Amino acid sequence: MLSPDDARLLERLHGDLPLTEQPFADVAAEFGWTEDYVIGRLAALLESGMLTRFGPLFQIERAGGLFVLAAMAVPEERYEAVTAQVNAHPEIAHNYRRAHALNMWFVLGTETPVQCAAAIERIEAETGLPVLAFPKEREFFVELKLPLTSGEAHGA
Amino acid sequence: MALDDFDRALIAATQGGLPLVPRPYDAVGERLGVPGQQVRERLAQMLETGLVRRIGAVPNHYRLGFTANGMSVWDVDDTQVDILGERIGQLPGVSHCYRRPRRLPSWPYNLFAMLHGRSRAEVEQQAVQLQELLGSACRGHDILYSTAILKKTGLRLKES
Repeated sequence: MLSPDDARLLERLHGDLPLTEQPFADVAAEFGWTEDYVIGRLAALLESGMLTRFGPLFQIERAGGLFVLAAMAVPEERYEAVTAQVNAHPEIAHNYRRAHALNMWFVLGTETPVQCAAAIERIEAETGLPVLAFPKEREFFVELKLPLTSGEAHGA
Repeated sequence: MALDDFDRALIAATQGGLPLVPRPYDAVGERLGVPGQQVRERLAQMLETGLVRRIGAVPNHYRLGFTANGMSVWDVDDTQVDILGERIGQLPGVSHCYRRPRRLPSWPYNLFAMLHGRSRAEVEQQAVQLQELLGSACRGHDILYSTAILKKTGLRLKES
């Protein structure tokens, strides 16, 4: 689990890394820490897998691109092979196994709708399995909340 | 708003993450052959237009103890789904909420809300809250738990 310092750091850096010359020094100053300490903690959190990434999160829809959620029903005996086939596509931003008849759910991120449709076609051709696409029709405002520093349940 | 060459290069240089050095924007600028200030200014514009949602840490929910991750899906009356979707986005534990097309007959659900908890019991409790909020507008629901992360790299634009 996270140390109290790491939890504070992650809550602070869920968003809004300052766009300043030395952003880590500025964040460190807020906590009374050193720049080296902040950089070292972030490097350690990435190294240990607590963070998958640190940097800008792009919403490519704002530049004409799109993210599309898609799902497949993959036969159990082929699951590993199909995972490799699907993940090999650079368009696949993430992919989750889920407990359902539709047991593979992935998100394609592409710069144009044409690239997205083409990637889905290639996956269908390679795997011989149908891909169900679930494009966003509307995104509802979600308030970000990650209660890392409290021990309270999320729903509390 | 189309991407220009600098945007594209900036995205390609940072989509895998910012360098963890004292002057990360200068380091990106050096790679792109521009001053760090230009990197900061463009990122600020991208934040303003929403092309960048945020600059920060992308947590691995599993490793942080939020091991239960349920994609809750709901079959909600089309005339009420937009109003109710906004309200669901405000609930604690909901990290994403979207309206998506149904795929009848096998997939009747048109509202997707991602729930995160430290246990499945916590996720189920959140789902009860959603169900109460949706009331009679909801005709059915399911929760699809993730059992493995197969890939999580985020966006990868091709450098062209």
